[in-house]
Amino acid sequence: MIEKALTGGRGYWIWIACTLSAIAAGAYCYVLQLNTGLGITGLSRDITWGFYIAQFTFLVGVAASAVMVVLPYYLHDFKVFGRIAILGEFLAIAAVSMCMLFIMVDLGQPGRAFNMILHPSPRSILFWDMIVLNGYLVLNVLISRASLNAERNGEAPPAWVKPLIILSIPWAISIHTVTAFIYSGLAARPFWMTAILAPRFLASAFSSGPALLILVCLFLRRVTRFDAGWEAIRKLAIIVTYAVLANIFFVLMEFFTAFYSAIPEHVEHFTYLYVGLDGHRELVPWMWLSAALVLVAAVLLVNPRLRDRQGLLTFACVAVVLSIWIEKGLGMIVTGFVPSPLGEVTGYAPTLPEFLITMGIYGIGALLITVFYKVTLSVRGQVKA
Amino acid sequence: MAIKRRDFCWLAGLSVVGAASGKVLSVGAEETSGSGSTLIGEPLLGKRWAMVVDLQACRKEEGCRDCIKACHATHNVPDLDDPDEEVKWIWKEKFHHAFPDQEHEYLRHDLRHEEILVFCNHCDNPPCTRVCPTQATWKRPDGIVMMDWHRCIGCRYCVAACPYGSRSFNWRDPRPFIDETRTDFPTRTRGVVEKCTFCDERLAQGRPPACVESCESKCLIFGDLEDADSAVREALRTRHAIRRKPGLGTQPEVYYLV
Repeated sequence: MIEKALTGGRGYWIWIACTLSAIAAGAYCYVLQLNTGLGITGLSRDITWGFYIAQFTFLVGVAASAVMVVLPYYLHDFKVFGRIAILGEFLAIAAVSMCMLFIMVDLGQPGRAFNMILHPSPRSILFWDMIVLNGYLVLNVLISRASLNAERNGEAPPAWVKPLIILSIPWAISIHTVTAFIYSGLAARPFWMTAILAPRFLASAFSSGPALLILVCLFLRRVTRFDAGWEAIRKLAIIVTYAVLANIFFVLMEFFTAFYSAIPEHVEHFTYLYVGLDGHRELVPWMWLSAALVLVAAVLLVNPRLRDRQGLLTFACVAVVLSIWIEKGLGMIVTGFVPSPLGEVTGYAPTLPEFLITMGIYGIGALLITVFYKVTLSVRGQVKA
Repeated sequence: MAIKRRDFCWLAGLSVVGAASGKVLSVGAEETSGSGSTLIGEPLLGKRWAMVVDLQACRKEEGCRDCIKACHATHNVPDLDDPDEEVKWIWKEKFHHAFPDQEHEYLRHDLRHEEILVFCNHCDNPPCTRVCPTQATWKRPDGIVMMDWHRCIGCRYCVAACPYGSRSFNWRDPRPFIDETRTDFPTRTRGVVEKCTFCDERLAQGRPPACVESCESKCLIFGDLEDADSAVREALRTRHAIRRKPGLGTQPEVYYLV
């Protein structure tokens, strides 16, 4: 079926070339990083995880959010999502693949990664994260492959797919829960050590993921003959609305606990994020931008009349994705390290190679998505001539 | 003996897996240099090693760096100028950094400006070993929190988990930054985490840790907490000692006499 991805118009090939050049630039910088060491990044003694791990965290959310399409469709027989279920699954495959690549590029000794399997360590949350992420990838590959094959042959999917689909629903929840546990079980990092981290991750995932899917559907409607249907998009928008509100609520709860208890080591991290600490204000404008975007999006989404207007919905979805990306992809990880357990306040910004490696991985994800969607739409005969 | 095609495929598959894991296992083994197995005395054996830092004695030797120099020279610790990339096993830290919950506005003047010797606490309940996904760091039965630099994949989860900042990562190849490379202790490669090991290699030779030996003012007392007659127990029996961040439940085995 892959051959269907090898035909396309001019725009298609320009886009493929863009992703390939991003991948090439990233690969070149990764070779530099392999030769120099992680010193090539902006990371340091005090801030030991940064841009890579933050993108990993954000993308686990995107991957998990496929469940918001799969669950209503398969569990509640919500037929409207029939056309987009597989798009959600493919988005999950691309996102999980990127997650694993971000972990790999963050390793100081990637050649030894197999030590995680040779010396399994069930006490480590990273061990469990490896298991749930790989399991989720395998589940989604099996499900989407079988569904697509069945669709091509005009048959019902084989019977063994249904149990896998049911399994993939709690599994999606598990990938973001386990990812939150990586952080929330560390006594050394008060910013992350909050029981609400996993629910917060899920709320932000279920807002940014479906928002991204809405944007993808609207884009596909413009450039192909695929139409998700306005009803499906409206339902997705309602899911985004509830999840956005839940996420805002959870963040406010974090504020309350930190500032009312006034325990310095909890307050300082939020101070660093929103006001700046010891002259370090790198994240301050970003965090306020994130807050503004999510509030505007919430106002637009809560009002059904505004939400139903395609232009405003598109804007709201862009705002949600951007806001959550800032929250998780910029703020969440680095702030756990500022101030350090010894009270040091250090600045951090990704370097150019670090940024290009990140773009390279996003390039791989974009390429995967493009090929998957191209094949799917070709099978359905929905590609514009 | 005839061999069926299916069996052959199985055997071939298993051999590939076997060869691959053998290859993975041998990576790093070749990097190991002999860590001085010459026995100087009977090995020092303990049930729970601990260190007591006598700050009253240490305070009198302001500016002294003997223990730090001895440790870093013994263990081929690189000397990187950049504070963002430095590797350190033992160093001096401001009082309010070492003991953030002990600081107050009217703290004794000498304490406020004092630099406190810090290193791995060899916690009885170490958060770093718990999080390691490859068991490259673990607690030995005698209480030493050990590191295997050949197994470490450099994920830095242990660095995130340590509440004392005791772990250093090699952001680049450390070897060019070692003043005088000693051949009786391994050097490290880039991309792995390292820290104080209570000189396990010296204990095995019957010698005390390098920092303890180098301190002429006897500020560092090393011994077995399970031995009621040990010097560490004697010090803790007679003088007031504090530990770093006791509230986290890590049970540090480094005690400070203030």
